[in-house]
Amino acid sequence: MIHSLFLVNSSGDIFLEKHWKSVVSRSVCDYFFEAQERASEPENVPPVIPTPHHYLISVLRHRIYFVAVIQSEVPPLFVIEFLHRVVDTFQDYFGVCTEAAIKDNVVVVYELLEEMLDNGFPLATESNILKELIKPPTILRTVVNTITGSTNVGEQLPTGQLSVVPWRRTGVKYTNNEAYFDVVEEIDAIIDKSGSTITAEIQGVIDACVKLTGMPDLTLSFMNPRLLDDVSFHPCVRFKRWEAERILSFIPPDGNFRLLSYHVSCQNLVAIPVYVKHNITFREGSSQGRFELTLGPKQTMGKGLEAVLISSQLPRGVLNTNLNPSQGTYNFDPVTKLLSWDVGKINPQKLPSLKGSMSLQAGASKPDENPTINIQFKIQQSALSGLKVNRLDMYGEKYKPFKGIKYMTKAGKFQTKGLLRGRAWDLKN
Amino acid sequence: MSTNNLSYSDQGGTDSAVEVGQETTPTSSNAGAGFGLFSVDFKKNEDLKEMLESNKESLKLEAMKRVVGLIAKGKNASELFPAVVKNVASKNIELKKLVYVYLVRYAEEQQDLALLSISTFQRALKDPNQLIRASALRVLSSIRVPIIVPIMMLAIKEAASDMSPYVRKTSAHAIQKLYSLDQDQKELLIEVIEKLLKDKSTLVAGSVVMAFEEVCPDRIDLIHKNYRKLCNLLVDVEEWGQVVIISMLTRYARTQFTSPWKEDGVFDEHNERAFYESDEEKTRDETEAKPYMMDPDHRLLLRNTKPLLQSRNTAVVMSVAQLYWHLAPKNEVSIVTKSLVRLLRSHREVQYIVLQNIATMSIQRKGMFEPYMKSFYVRSTDATHIKSLKLEILTSLANEANISTILREFQTYVKSQDKQFAAGTIQAIGRCATNISEVTDTCLNGLVLLLSNRDETVVAESVVVIRKLLQIQPTQHSDIIKHMAKLFDNITVPMARASILWLMGEYCERVPKIAPDVLRKMAKSFTSEEDIVKLQTVNLAAKLYLTNSKQTKLLTQYILNLGKYDQNYDIRDRTRFIRQLIVPNDKNGALSKYAHRILLAPKPAPVLESAYKDRDRYQLGTLSHTINTKASGYLELSDWPAVAPDQSVRNVEVIEPVKEWAPSLGKTVKSKPAKSSDDKFYSDSGEEEEKGSGSSSSEDGSSSSSSEVQSILSGRLHILQNERVCPESGSDAESHVQKNSSQTSEESDKSSSQSEKSSSESDSEKKERKTKTPLQKKTVLGLEPICTACLSFLFLLNLSIEVLPVLSKLCPLSLAFPLQLSGPAFVPEKSHDLLHRMTGKGLSAQYQFPRQPCLYQPTMVSVQISLTNTTDHPLEQIHIGDRSPTGLNIHCFNTIECLEPEASVTVFMGIDFNDSTQAANFQLCTKEDHFSVSIQPAIGELLLPITMTELDFRKEQGKLLGMNESSATITMAAENMTSQPISRPVATVANLGMVPSSQDNVHRFAGKTANSGAVVLVTVELRGESTALITINTEKSVMGSMLLRDLKLALAQA
Repeated sequence: MIHSLFLVNSSGDIFLEKHWKSVVSRSVCDYFFEAQERASEPENVPPVIPTPHHYLISVLRHRIYFVAVIQSEVPPLFVIEFLHRVVDTFQDYFGVCTEAAIKDNVVVVYELLEEMLDNGFPLATESNILKELIKPPTILRTVVNTITGSTNVGEQLPTGQLSVVPWRRTGVKYTNNEAYFDVVEEIDAIIDKSGSTITAEIQGVIDACVKLTGMPDLTLSFMNPRLLDDVSFHPCVRFKRWEAERILSFIPPDGNFRLLSYHVSCQNLVAIPVYVKHNITFREGSSQGRFELTLGPKQTMGKGLEAVLISSQLPRGVLNTNLNPSQGTYNFDPVTKLLSWDVGKINPQKLPSLKGSMSLQAGASKPDENPTINIQFKIQQSALSGLKVNRLDMYGEKYKPFKGIKYMTKAGKFQTKGLLRGRAWDLKN
Repeated sequence: MSTNNLSYSDQGGTDSAVEVGQETTPTSSNAGAGFGLFSVDFKKNEDLKEMLESNKESLKLEAMKRVVGLIAKGKNASELFPAVVKNVASKNIELKKLVYVYLVRYAEEQQDLALLSISTFQRALKDPNQLIRASALRVLSSIRVPIIVPIMMLAIKEAASDMSPYVRKTSAHAIQKLYSLDQDQKELLIEVIEKLLKDKSTLVAGSVVMAFEEVCPDRIDLIHKNYRKLCNLLVDVEEWGQVVIISMLTRYARTQFTSPWKEDGVFDEHNERAFYESDEEKTRDETEAKPYMMDPDHRLLLRNTKPLLQSRNTAVVMSVAQLYWHLAPKNEVSIVTKSLVRLLRSHREVQYIVLQNIATMSIQRKGMFEPYMKSFYVRSTDATHIKSLKLEILTSLANEANISTILREFQTYVKSQDKQFAAGTIQAIGRCATNISEVTDTCLNGLVLLLSNRDETVVAESVVVIRKLLQIQPTQHSDIIKHMAKLFDNITVPMARASILWLMGEYCERVPKIAPDVLRKMAKSFTSEEDIVKLQTVNLAAKLYLTNSKQTKLLTQYILNLGKYDQNYDIRDRTRFIRQLIVPNDKNGALSKYAHRILLAPKPAPVLESAYKDRDRYQLGTLSHTINTKASGYLELSDWPAVAPDQSVRNVEVIEPVKEWAPSLGKTVKSKPAKSSDDKFYSDSGEEEEKGSGSSSSEDGSSSSSSEVQSILSGRLHILQNERVCPESGSDAESHVQKNSSQTSEESDKSSSQSEKSSSESDSEKKERKTKTPLQKKTVLGLEPICTACLSFLFLLNLSIEVLPVLSKLCPLSLAFPLQLSGPAFVPEKSHDLLHRMTGKGLSAQYQFPRQPCLYQPTMVSVQISLTNTTDHPLEQIHIGDRSPTGLNIHCFNTIECLEPEASVTVFMGIDFNDSTQAANFQLCTKEDHFSVSIQPAIGELLLPITMTELDFRKEQGKLLGMNESSATITMAAENMTSQPISRPVATVANLGMVPSSQDNVHRFAGKTANSGAVVLVTVELRGESTALITINTEKSVMGSMLLRDLKLALAQA
């Protein structure tokens, strides 16, 4: 399946290679570099590149390309999913997944890759199993190892590997038994200039951090499980129980994991928590443009909007801006033409605004598209879809765990289109 | 550092030595103190060699870490091979692993030296630690040295029968490695694969299927026997294995089942509904129409893959989606839509692949994705290839109803700053315009407006699309052509200019004044134009010459002369051709007569269609589909067979009853008649069916048609159950057990009219049961879910004892059965009244003995109780109350919260009868009432069958003589002597297992009592014409004599 893996940084250097079968020469990556050159943005490199003898499947994460070399037919998603799993594992082990982190831990990386694939077929990808085989590097352990000469590598087959709950290791012990669940929702929306919603959907996840002794069997129930009609589970969730009773019943992995992700797409369910009023005008022939932008909260269920950040790609003709924010700081990069305004918290009594003028390139023609405005924000203690956890019960163990649940809403791909509509086209229907 | 990295090719020699010195500095942050001194040393590798050969473990480890760092950077470290390989036997496991890494990388280059390490691996293969065994095999098989092929082969064979499933998994991986090293081993490897395919561990399943796909994907016959097992294990296999198994099963299903895609569009639901109608006429009608019946195995696959749509692994979701696309009936495919749309929220690369597949799907099945149209709206942050895929899908989804929304969306895209994307949008608009005639005019007008766009690419693309649109309906658009002629001077993109020229020429009669003028301009600029424009200029000239030679003769001559000396030979060629064609001279008169018809022939309008139109020739989700060419190793998906191959090949035969749980169950999952072979079998029951249901139709129903009745019934039964979740398949299989076994028992006496009557009665009973079966689902669910899973697994899978430890981890039930326990030889379906509906105020209950070992406690006898509510109000909280004798040990079923009117449920309970036939009395309670009921077991039900050899049997018998033996001589009924093996009536009376016997006239049966586990041995010896001697040996002499009485009755009467 997966023949070799090359890690390529943003400047086009291969800084790590690993082969699971015969060695494939680095020159195979030339095809990748060609495609990279052709692409205007790093994201535009096609994920699948056929070459005369191989196929290159790549993912881009943290500005590193993970290029897998394939020799024969294999479902491309299989490879892509695996590569992402590799990145997640690195992140899990090293905290960050950067070129420097990988280079510093090259031995651990190699050991991990060796365990994750055998002959190109995934062997162990569960982080709990991997951590038993290869212990994550910590400063303390490095010190201890150099002194005592002990190793980072486990000598026994992780118990999870053989059991029906491969995600959990046995013999877990904690003095404080705690289980935390974070319900995090991201709202994606496209709003048109008049403020009406074109599309809006909520993508939610429940991330858990479970530190419980032994083999606890948890059940999590919701006040309104009907909201969740499109879900995907961590393998630990008992699907049949969910089908029958709409209850999440599972033996959790140890540590951090994503229990569930869900999707609420029904438009009328999605209340848009923020509105943007903007007025950006360019006059033909003049070298000045006007810029006005006001923000305000809308349907936030009494919770405040925080960490609001506005960004917009202004047209190429804009040379510079002279704007005045009522709060926060703004920044305009004359090279990339990226305007960003860090608003911070929105006070409903005093709505933040950004007003001023833009200077345009002399003689440049009037841009025919008003810029799109991207908005980021956070709402603490509230899940926009209204999802509420009812209760969490634990079976199988005697102690009483500490349980916690947190809600949060974030903006995902939230944009307001500044387009002038219905001008050119005369649609009959 | 970074400058060093710029060179991609492998370096060697002194060059690399320099590199090494600089490269390793950052990785050696925790290196020994001495290391810094050497960092600029030229003899870097010497230093490593010394470290590797030193006595200190820590130095060696440090050196190996640096070596691995070199390998990771792609530097050559092969000269260290001798030094490294010495450490292969190291005790330090981390060091050992790093040596393994090194070996796998360089063994191919240093084959002779690599052989030094082999003996270490051979030793490690015998290590008691499974991890060490597995990793030794991994490395041994990864060393690509042809000389060790026989050693590898041996190791693989051994590992394939290792105790540890993890080692077996590794051996499955090793198969592929060996195969790629030496293809001659194929036959031997297939044997190993065959063996591993039988493995019941979920850990092995994925890997062995992978090996199967790589080594012998055409040996579909190996799958037959494992098909059901794979389907049932699928949910528990690790996610990567799931992907591989699903795609293999997709191919398998396409060769083994008939197409569920019916032309007449009769859906399964339809059949299902008809089933409930008692009208015999209807059933018969349908029989004649021969509706499609899905093979239950086909259904099994669809049902068991469906939950995986909820997987977090996108590859699994996609593979289930493609399975449904390629295998499911058309009306069921749409259940995958939601999950696919969900994947669009995943990483960019995932989106790309999923969108590609949706693009292909949406061409054939618009309806599937139309409700999710908005999910395909383009965001400004999307990557270019994602944008164009979304456009593609939106275009495919466009129809009369949603076109205005889509066009409005497209308008905004045209203004995008990404011009490539804007151009793509214009093409998409063109496609919408041709597909949906209502909007053609609107689109055309819109595109004309775009001609005044400032951006060149947008204008050019618009021109090209307008040309195509005009060609489709050229009549009323001379205005647009004129408009374009006006814009002509401002357009610089060659393709757009060429398009306008072509339009002028094609419709020159509609613009008689403008066309010659355009030609005049072109004549001026001819030499500076692009080739494609020149060609069209020549074309335009020729066409004008033919229609309007007066004005354009000279211009044409001029252009043809220019073309004659052009640098491009295409243009020279074309010029020569045109000149000969249109300018009349004496040589070529014949052709120039037709010049008008040749050049101005009506041309068919171009078809604007999706680039994804023909991608459906590749299996969805594959690499080949993504790159739209056949990738190496792509396995074609075959067409459905016209006639399904024999289904019975998937029946699992019972070879070792010792190991199996329920031997008879495996067979009975087969519920469909294989017409050719089983005709007789089914025609028999079919006839009875007709009678039993009281139809007045004559008895001469041909055997084939009646067998169809049967098949429809059983098929429907399946369809009913298919819609439910898995657990009930246990009861499903079970009902089949009963049906089939009773049928075989009836087989013999079909000639006698008397027995026919009696069996027809039982048949109608059977029918009732069948209608109830789907309802039983609730009951099984009523048990604890985990337990249910176990139950259904046991029923369905014929799980061997081997898997039980795994299961027992899952549910803390005592599953400790003595190994020799076997499944029941026969399950009588006779049910007894527990509570009559009159006395039970509408609640009626029946019980029967399923003869399954009780899961709750091994000493209990399991009892199956069917509760039916015959009242018109729901009964609540049905449970078991007081019991007597009070010490009676009962495992109650879970309280049934509510039983709807007319509904019935089946529950299981366990009763410890304490090896006596004393009735178990208890109270069956509802919310309002208590009913005292009692279960009195027949003596035969208190036994559990065991298997033993004849030798063991005799040994046991020898111990149980004297007062432990009871015997009787009986006169047997005639048919018991002849037509039927003696085992049948014995098995009916008592739950005993057959013991193979070397003598024809002596039959032996063995069992043990449920509570005390005392052995019960039964011998039936036939003597002469009609006498038989029954001997029973057991230490429970009371039970022995009671059993003897029952057996006497059963064998003598009948």
